[in-house]
Amino acid sequence: MALKRKSKQFKWQRKHLLGLRELSSEEITYILDTAKGFEQISTRSVKKAPPLRGKVVVNMFFEDSTRTRNSFALAANRLSADIIEFTKKASSVSKGETLLDTARNLEAMGIDIVVIRHSAGGAPKFLSRNINACVVNAGDGFCEHPTQGLLDVYTIRKIKGTLEGLKIAIVGDIAHSRVARSDMWAMTKLGAEVIFVGPPTLMPGRANELPVGVSYSLDEVIEKVDVINMLRIQFERLGGNPFPSVREYSHYFGLTVERMKKAKPDILVMHPGPINRGLEMESEVADGRNSVILDQVTNGLAVRMAVLFLVNQGAAISNR
Amino acid sequence: MNNEILIKNGRVIDPANGIDKECDVLIVDDRISDVGKVEKPAQKVIDAAGKIVTPGLIDIHVHFREPGDEEEETIASGSAAAVAAGFTSVVCMPNTNPPIENETDVEYVHRKARQARKTHVYTMGAITKGREGVELAEMGFMAEAGAVGFTDDGCGVQDPAVMLRALKYADMFDVVIAQHCQDNAFAANGVMNSGYFSTILGLPGIDPLAEEAMLWRDIQLVKKTNVRYHAQHISTAGSVELIRAAKKDSLHITCEVTPHHLLLTEERCAEYDTNYKVNPPLRSAKDVDALKEAIAEGLIDALVTDHAPHLQSEKELEFLAAPFGIASLECALALFVEALIEPGILDWPGLIRLMTENPAKIIGVDKGTLSPGKQADVTIIDPKAEYEIDVNRFRSKSRNCPYHGWKVTGKVEKTIVGGEIRFEA
Repeated sequence: MALKRKSKQFKWQRKHLLGLRELSSEEITYILDTAKGFEQISTRSVKKAPPLRGKVVVNMFFEDSTRTRNSFALAANRLSADIIEFTKKASSVSKGETLLDTARNLEAMGIDIVVIRHSAGGAPKFLSRNINACVVNAGDGFCEHPTQGLLDVYTIRKIKGTLEGLKIAIVGDIAHSRVARSDMWAMTKLGAEVIFVGPPTLMPGRANELPVGVSYSLDEVIEKVDVINMLRIQFERLGGNPFPSVREYSHYFGLTVERMKKAKPDILVMHPGPINRGLEMESEVADGRNSVILDQVTNGLAVRMAVLFLVNQGAAISNR
Repeated sequence: MNNEILIKNGRVIDPANGIDKECDVLIVDDRISDVGKVEKPAQKVIDAAGKIVTPGLIDIHVHFREPGDEEEETIASGSAAAVAAGFTSVVCMPNTNPPIENETDVEYVHRKARQARKTHVYTMGAITKGREGVELAEMGFMAEAGAVGFTDDGCGVQDPAVMLRALKYADMFDVVIAQHCQDNAFAANGVMNSGYFSTILGLPGIDPLAEEAMLWRDIQLVKKTNVRYHAQHISTAGSVELIRAAKKDSLHITCEVTPHHLLLTEERCAEYDTNYKVNPPLRSAKDVDALKEAIAEGLIDALVTDHAPHLQSEKELEFLAAPFGIASLECALALFVEALIEPGILDWPGLIRLMTENPAKIIGVDKGTLSPGKQADVTIIDPKAEYEIDVNRFRSKSRNCPYHGWKVTGKVEKTIVGGEIRFEA
């Protein structure tokens, strides 16, 4: 298999992907370059390559997910790994088996890579400290969703060529968004300027100490940005009522056809999915010519293949 | 024949009597007999040259988990840990399972303590039945059984009307009402200080406002009543400001601070190590500085551990799911030395005052001094002894201590409780 490596000097060392905050820009770029090499596997008639043959990947999902779980499963399949699906609703108060016991039991069966989604921030890191298998974070609480961050920057880089100097708005419930955090780390590390947009009640604490700008006005921001990422309003995470009504929220922060008229003509419209049509954005925008929402999904597959491939390689180095 | 112990040539520090000099302490039976130059022979002589001799240390905030969670700690194991740490008196918090909420419960704690025969064990009772913050518990009966105060510790009394009623009612008895100041509406389901680190770690935060709002409210209530009020484990710069103003107004308000709020800050949570999960949470460096300044200024009345033992299996969970608490009883003295004496915030008499005389006054017991005739509770400290904290050597049943491996200074040599040597290093 001919993988093109741009950064020849660089050697990937990590056996876990826990978050993008801890990665250097070189490491992020290396993952993106690796993903580029994997992209063509999905366009061949035989959509399979052998690098993870004989390896076992567990999809350990303690929260609902369709696209991320399927994307990881397909990525593992394309790399010829065996995959186990494990889904369970986690609750911090449930007196069932602990996360650690669950993972240790799976590990006793000889697994190599755990892909974990969990409602508790830090759960992947906690796991990585306590088991020998590779750990890939598929979303933890509102901490990080690193493969989403990677596929977002991959998508932007693919179209715009570089992140350097771009202005990117991330709009919505920033406080409870792991996507916003992973995007922030990846985008700023690659040289973009990020602006968080949303009502003050959905901004995280001390947003002023983060490497981003903050605005409460989508109308002011939309004219200036090259990319706009509309976050999903996650009703299950919102505590209390941070905004008075869906109607009022959409009025100020919805991406409407009208608002799009003020945007740059080549603006990229992104959304991590699933979309609440008519809430974060109007259907015409979601399906419009600036939308790259389905490209994100396609690219997610290549990025996740790269991540599984690299952590397995990192494990080989660290176990040697 | 009387039982005599003569402690020779130590640096005797007895802040209540203004004593800080090299001299001797004579104990006869269970009482202090003499402090000064004692020339007569005694049955047992302890050479305390180079050591500090103080009234027995008092920790008015510990959790010994009995009844209900004996796997974490018992009154016996906690008492053994206490004397090894120089504490001759401790006050257990009532958030056991079931809570300490009637006279029988109070007597149970006392009976277990007598059986353990290590340190004096006092208990506070719950302010409200079941610590539910709704109906007053039987404070009178509990006070008569020996409860030294009341608190719903673990949480604060949320309803202001209930709190006002408790403060008014308690005025019948000479007791202190203590509060874990935390307004749950602000704290929500937080697990660490809210700020930069809670944001990047993706963990729900507890705003300093949660503590300050309840403390402010209670101060207004205290103004309307006449009872002694004690703010437990204050942790924020804002709380220090409130205490400063309340003391300026000469209100009956005292407060306490823990070692972790003096030594550790919120970024310790960055690796999701649940040994740093504690309530009130570890705050910012600014808050730590404010607490230290407050101690230097004399605004803080007592130092306590809030010793909160938990099983390793309970702490080996996601940060969100693990219980709050740090077990630090056995290394407490060295931690306070590290936090307060080494940076020059307090001298030894200043530190001893906050660990003896003052806490005794807060709970209203006749202890904390070396005055002749008082019960002979004495702690002998080697202030220069250096050692490494090793949780595996704790007498406490739990190991949830983030100071494991710290190199510290200041070790308890001997602990004498009621005239008996109950601990020797």
